[in-house]
Amino acid sequence: MSSKNILRRGLSGVAAAGAIMAAAIVSTPTMAQQPEQYFPVASMRVGPYNAMGTGIFGGVIDYLNYVNIKHGGVNGVKLVYEECETEYNAARSVECYQRLLNRGDQKMLLWDPYGTPLAYAVIGRVAADNVVLAQAGYGRTDAADGRVWPWVFGATANYWSQIAMKLNFIQQKEGGIDKMKGKTIVHLHIDTAYGREPLPAMRQIAKDWGVNLIEIPIAPPGLEQQSQWLQIRQAKADWVTFWGAGAGMSGTAITSAARVGFPRNKIIFVTFGGAEEDMIAGGAQAKDTHVVAMVLPGKQFPLIADIEKVLYSGGAGKGNMQNPARVGTIYYNRGVIAAVNYVEALRNAQRIHNKVGKPVTGAEFRDGYEALDYTSEARRKELGIDGMIPPYKLTCRNHEGAGTFHMMQWDGNKFQIVSKDWLGANDPKFIRQLIEDSAEKYAKENNITLRDCPN
Amino acid sequence: MFYREAGQFRTSYAQDSQIFPLRQDRIGIAIILIAAVLLPFVANAYWLSAILIPWLVLSLVALGQNILMGYAGQLSLGSAGFMAVGAFACYNLILRVEGIPFVVAVALSGVCAALVGIVFGLPSLRIRGLYLAVATLASQFFIVWALDKFPWFKNYDPAGVITAQPIIMFGHNFASPREKYWVVLAIVAVLALLAKNMARGSVGRGWMAVRDMDVAAEAMGLSLLRTKLQAFAISSFYCGVGGALFAFAYLQTVEPSAFTIELSFRILFMVIIGGLGTIMGSFLGAGFILLMPIFLNVFFHGVFGQSVDAGVISAVEQVIFGVMIITFLIYEPLGLARVWQLTKERLRLWPFKH
Repeated sequence: MSSKNILRRGLSGVAAAGAIMAAAIVSTPTMAQQPEQYFPVASMRVGPYNAMGTGIFGGVIDYLNYVNIKHGGVNGVKLVYEECETEYNAARSVECYQRLLNRGDQKMLLWDPYGTPLAYAVIGRVAADNVVLAQAGYGRTDAADGRVWPWVFGATANYWSQIAMKLNFIQQKEGGIDKMKGKTIVHLHIDTAYGREPLPAMRQIAKDWGVNLIEIPIAPPGLEQQSQWLQIRQAKADWVTFWGAGAGMSGTAITSAARVGFPRNKIIFVTFGGAEEDMIAGGAQAKDTHVVAMVLPGKQFPLIADIEKVLYSGGAGKGNMQNPARVGTIYYNRGVIAAVNYVEALRNAQRIHNKVGKPVTGAEFRDGYEALDYTSEARRKELGIDGMIPPYKLTCRNHEGAGTFHMMQWDGNKFQIVSKDWLGANDPKFIRQLIEDSAEKYAKENNITLRDCPN
Repeated sequence: MFYREAGQFRTSYAQDSQIFPLRQDRIGIAIILIAAVLLPFVANAYWLSAILIPWLVLSLVALGQNILMGYAGQLSLGSAGFMAVGAFACYNLILRVEGIPFVVAVALSGVCAALVGIVFGLPSLRIRGLYLAVATLASQFFIVWALDKFPWFKNYDPAGVITAQPIIMFGHNFASPREKYWVVLAIVAVLALLAKNMARGSVGRGWMAVRDMDVAAEAMGLSLLRTKLQAFAISSFYCGVGGALFAFAYLQTVEPSAFTIELSFRILFMVIIGGLGTIMGSFLGAGFILLMPIFLNVFFHGVFGQSVDAGVISAVEQVIFGVMIITFLIYEPLGLARVWQLTKERLRLWPFKH
């Protein structure tokens, strides 16, 4: 058979298959009795960050489904979603953003790509498109200033607060800020926007405390770190703040640290590369590694236990996680909390704008997101998330929220929480000042008039 | 039946040397151009900003790569690096030169990229083939490293992801996807026309002579130094312009990590799949490599919806994409441009067999 024939036959086959599929799609009955609210899911299920992507977006999707099954949606509004694969690639994510922007006659309310470079890629578009950029703990830090960035929210924290919290933890361990003088801290980071994000705050604090700060970048995907760890050993570093992503990079860091004999309990992992998957990749040598948590892991929280019961138990098969054992892990719980924010914001928006039981628009949703309030213990208990996140509320001016974390330590099997309470910066006002200064500088350079905020 | 040259006589040299000697081709290209200009009136924002703009921009870059690899035969792997040069040059020009029109900035960014390209093209005078590819790989890493290392390029932005300035020309801000598309279309059309003319003129013949046998070309009196460096310069110019447009008209951010080695490889694949040494192939190849994964993603999500695990779907898409490339290269190693050519030949006979 000649190649042309094969091509032609192949083509006709594809055409026939396409026609059948098209017919199948068209013939799906359109049921629209129940009002719907549409959420985009910008997932990353392939590539180096798939452990994070499957966990977080599995959690998001599970919570949306859980609300539908358990409560019949939000005041009767069914939650639907559409997924797009970004592969943690900024160009792909922009395509996804544009693709998911409209679905039928509904526009998406928010964008949550779970990647700092991906958040940066759309941060200039969201205001014009009336889309909330929900960068929960990641993304552009100075966007925590709601006067300059009305459409961007960082609940529950951001990277400057996180690095300040790490340094606060270190100074507590060392016995006070006056003991920090002359100590050497290495910021070992992946060489992307995400890895560099904490540096402005870190440099300031290091200067104020007299800490010798060494910045060592690792080219992504970070599977080769031998020379960096040798450099750390030569510098006789006291602590390493590790800012990586992906189980491969995290595992390499731990094994390389072990090879040069750097104590693991002096390494502090970042929230985004610090999950069970990252520790397991490091093997037995990962024991004692410190990891910062934004959302606590575990199934002891009523919400997670109930999601497992409703979606997974007895082979219910309604869950999104391919491996049900991952329910309750760091990434999964973080995804659930991200979706709790979506749903709470939607509920607020319906209430504020008198649209209970109706779909809302982007602008209404934005108001709802700004009204997120977890300060009431009763409300946290009602949601089943008490203790999982710090109590906080967002305001017009403060789009960051709590800015506090827990410190955990890996005991070889699971994380143990070592900080007594939610821990933030040693001087949160100083971090807030840095954020507002940076945001005001940005506003000035780009001729943005500051929004008037009462609080 | 319709695509026949019978009855069309060329009676002057000018007629003989035009780009499209066939009347049908001229009509066809005119229809395509008019359609391309009018497209924004029917296409929505998604099609314009997420499909057409990146497709045109990457076609331009593939064209640059094709000039170097397909016409001049210099295997190079640094195209994304040159794109980065173009993007950052454009950012810095607009930042530091008051009131510079966007087109001028883009053209100058192309020139910057060309200068860098000449420097990294120097090894081509001594090494060839795969060895040259390895040498040009250095340019990719060096450029991205340098942009990260020296904060001046990024105007001391701490995060290193810069929001691209608006596209301003003649006192007008080209902000909407439609206006951006027209800017990109105009630049790409002009450069593609130039490339076509270079390729079929004496410049292109020089490249092809060097590609086919450089010793013979030198014996015929061609300066290898000039021809090779010219190919590197022009190719890098196209990549630089493409990079500037990629950052300003598509991503709207400027950051080195957008221009990784992975992008270089994808551009290389575009040229190989599209057809080495063809202008048309650059457009077809860019379309295939860029749009096929998107099409598969949309298609599978549309067909299976949420009934199949999305992780499996994403993996299957990549497998299918890979299989398609392999199958295609086995059955048509000369690329999509060759398929197009065969179609045209068959069209001349259609509806008859012989």
